[in-house]
This record gives sequence, structure tokens and C-alpha cells, in this order.
Amino acid sequence: MFKALADPGRRRLLDQLHQESGQTLTALCEHMDMSRQAVTQHLQLLEDANLVAVVWQGREKLHYLNPVPLYEIYERWIRKFERSRLATLRELKNRLEGDDDDKT
Amino acid sequence: MTKPDFVYVTFIATTPEKVWRALVDTDVMRQYWMGPSGPARVNVSDWKPGSRWEHQRADEPHVVDIAGTVIESTPPRRLVYTWARPTEVDDESKHSRVTFEIEPQAEKLVRLTVSHEDLAKDPKMLEGVSGGWPAVLSNLKTLLETGHALPRRASTG
Repeated sequence: MFKALADPGRRRLLDQLHQESGQTLTALCEHMDMSRQAVTQHLQLLEDANLVAVVWQGREKLHYLNPVPLYEIYERWIRKFERSRLATLRELKNRLEGDDDDKT
Repeated sequence: MTKPDFVYVTFIATTPEKVWRALVDTDVMRQYWMGPSGPARVNVSDWKPGSRWEHQRADEPHVVDIAGTVIESTPPRRLVYTWARPTEVDDESKHSRVTFEIEPQAEKLVRLTVSHEDLAKDPKMLEGVSGGWPAVLSNLKTLLETGHALPRRASTG
């Protein structure tokens, strides 16, 4: 799964599917500056990693972002240990960097 | 079939029969189906096509958050039901539809696919549901593979 996420093109594909789920290969290619063949290969890798789920509708293959494996990582490595500390850090960052609305 | 709004897939090292039981048996469900803020939920029905089902709080069965009608029930492979707010359960135009597909992949490996259709007309429901399924499926996988679900999260209110 981490190998699947390691490539910026594949991360862009996941972002595309997050924006609009259930896209065909043709629709995805419109947003990507790479060949149809490259997009196909990236999608296959994402499917093998279970980050993309596929549904056939007639002759159309629709692609969906599948967040379940990412959720498992979140449960295992983020929620259990770090969430409160991350929230504190984010709050500190917001406070130090300021927010225009807060400056009076 | 309309285009699903969401498709969630998880691979679980177990048998189709155990996944099926987890979807229809409240004793199993209460171990993994947590609500967003803590209390376990169970889906109660006789699971016959045409029957009503209710998504209840395990400790307060009179609190029904979601309800609907069983469309298809083919153990241990496929379960389909409609999904609605209890106040809208008599108005089919407000229903969305959930499909569970259980496919054996190898010996003791099952692919469970949950797809949810017709949600886009109800953005609020769509938002709640899309956050909920990954947690439910992730907990279910942990329960079936290890025998116990993740520790109950502390309710932060």
C-alpha cells in the first residue's frame, strides 16, 4: 500500500477519485497529463493495493477511492497514539501564525 | 442499477459464513458496529425480503437511527436493503440502498464489498455515511481476524 502511495501520479489519481467517485478511465485521463496506458497501469497498482475499488456497469468500468485500508492505518498509527498531540500542535501553529480574523 | 455513490472493499481472513453472521446477528454486531460517539449499534430484522430492519442503539433499542426494507437476502453471499431516516421510511423516494457482497477469494480469505447508492440526493446523510462505513468495516475485519474488536474509543462528546 505504501508503494502504491509513493508515486505522485497515483496520489493525483486518488485525489481525482476523491473529488468525483465512480469515474471511468476516459474521464480520469482527461485530468491527467500522462498516457492512457500509464493511467491504466497506475490504476491497476492502486486496485491491487485495494486503494481503488472497481465496479462494472454494463461495459463501463467505474473506479472508486476505497478508504478502508487508509482507515486501518489511521486506527493503528495515528488515532491511538498521536491525535491529541497533533491537535495541540495544530492549535499552537494556528496561534503562533495568527489568523487574520483574530487580529484585533 | 444506478451508479453507486461509494464503494468500500475489505479483504478479511475468514469464511463467508462468518461475515454473513456478522451482518445479521446482533450478538456479533454489537462487538464491532460503533456509532460515531461510542455506543454500539445493531441492525435488527428477520432478514427476509420485504421485512423491515432497524439500526438501533444496542443499549437503548427504542432509539432507532436508521430503518429500511430488506430487498435481497442470499446467505452467505449477498444482502441488500434500503436505508432511510425512521421518519422517512414510508417515503421510498427518500431511500438510499446498501448492498453487501461476500466473495470467497481463496481458502479463508473473503472479499467484502459494501456499496451505497442513491445517496447524492441527501448530502447530509452522504456525509455521515461516508465517514461511517470505513470505521465499521475496519472494526469488523479486526474482530473476525483477531476475535476481538478494537478497544472502545473514549467518547469525546
